Amino acid sequence: MNTPVIRIRDLSTRFGEVWIHKGLDLAIERGEMVSLVGGSGSGKTTLLRMVVGLLLPDQGDIEIFGEPLFGGGIARERELRQRFGVLFQHGALFSAFSVFDNIAFPLRELKRYDEDAIHDLVMLKLSMVELLPRHGRLMPAELSGGMVKRVALARALALEPELLLLDEPTAGLDPDRSDSFVRLIRMLGEELGLTVMLVTHDLDTLAALSTKVAVLAEQRILAYGSIDEIMHIDHPFIRNFFLSERSVRALQNSGLPAVPN
Amino acid sequence: MSRVSPADLPRREISANLYKSGVRAMPVTALVGFLIGVVLSYLSALQLKQFGADIFIVNIIGLGIVRELGPVLVAILVAGRSGSAMTAQLGVMRVTEEIDALATMGVQRGLRLVFPKVVALIVALPLLVLWSTAIALIGGMVSAQVQLDISYGFFFQTLPRVVPAANLWIGLAKGAVFGMFIALVACHFGLRVRPNTESLSSNTTASVVSAITVVIILDAFFAIATRSIGLPS
Repeated sequence: MNTPVIRIRDLSTRFGEVWIHKGLDLAIERGEMVSLVGGSGSGKTTLLRMVVGLLLPDQGDIEIFGEPLFGGGIARERELRQRFGVLFQHGALFSAFSVFDNIAFPLRELKRYDEDAIHDLVMLKLSMVELLPRHGRLMPAELSGGMVKRVALARALALEPELLLLDEPTAGLDPDRSDSFVRLIRMLGEELGLTVMLVTHDLDTLAALSTKVAVLAEQRILAYGSIDEIMHIDHPFIRNFFLSERSVRALQNSGLPAVPN
Repeated sequence: MSRVSPADLPRREISANLYKSGVRAMPVTALVGFLIGVVLSYLSALQLKQFGADIFIVNIIGLGIVRELGPVLVAILVAGRSGSAMTAQLGVMRVTEEIDALATMGVQRGLRLVFPKVVALIVALPLLVLWSTAIALIGGMVSAQVQLDISYGFFFQTLPRVVPAANLWIGLAKGAVFGMFIALVACHFGLRVRPNTESLSSNTTASVVSAITVVIILDAFFAIATRSIGLPS
């Protein structure tokens, strides 16, 4: 058995007196595209931020590629961080840099490539996310919401990571843009053999992208499985989330069996 | 492996910060320096005239500006100008998750964001002190000539005699120390910003107020520590 790409064991998080997670376990295998869903305030984004090392859990541990995120010196931590890319909800592009420099940033950090190689790599990433070379000269403030996400995706993929983490990838995009962005992520994910973990509450995104769904409720991963399996679980949150009228429509559109009997 | 090699030093950021907080501050520090020089000289001249102690204008202007007013004025201007800008920049980077993005790429924010600002101000502030002090002295000299009919030549000749060079070194040292603290205070408050506008505005205010207070407290320490240096006994 391979080591899981992400393994979370017995994780507990507390905000003041409130426990957000309690004894949470999750293991994500290589090649899966996992959507993390849960009610608002259930700690989805918090969990994602812990996986990428921006927050520390109060208890429990998280391993990525079988290694802990912290410890072992800056060089090791850096090397591990180069193996995953993060797409933040609002893109988090460096506003002082042009699109080109944003995508080039992680490459320049490596100090392994000369400027010519970096130029070629950036152009390759731009075309991967279906942007044109001339877009490289724009500043983040001049981009539309959809383009910001594409550039952010290109930057997240700059170092050819094995794992991609997405925080609300389609939030703030209109349905059309959102569809094409989801298609792009799925295509790239399959082409590059990425493992993907995303936080979303958009059912269209979930249905189109995920091979598995992890439901975060009652402070733990309540269920983890394919969409089909999840929908057959009788739990108030899952019923509300997947079987409301709106959800049924969304799932029907995506060609999945909507109403389990 | 955790050592920082020279290649890791963020030279581009340092020079960008030097330009922004040093070169770009030259006009305003010159203007303020000149006016303060003129005003101080004018007011002193009015008093000195009554006692017939006209020539002491050089001592008052020289010591006051080189040792005290030059460094403190520049520090306050830079705290208001660059300190607030640094806090706001880091704060917005926090709000837009840019700092988080850096962290997930394994970039040390201390080295990349704080260090260049601190180095830039340590270098820029003494230079600005030198610049602004020179212009303030010119302002004082002009005013002394108009008010008391003290010639430029006399002013130039007397200045080095009544203001020992130690005072200039004290002024420059103050500049470097003030610069370091302004940058550290600004970065501290900038990284404390929570992702909302209220926090951004309150931290920017706190940054400027604290930086100016710290400068004045440090200046008091300097005054005590250097009380036996460079003053006519």
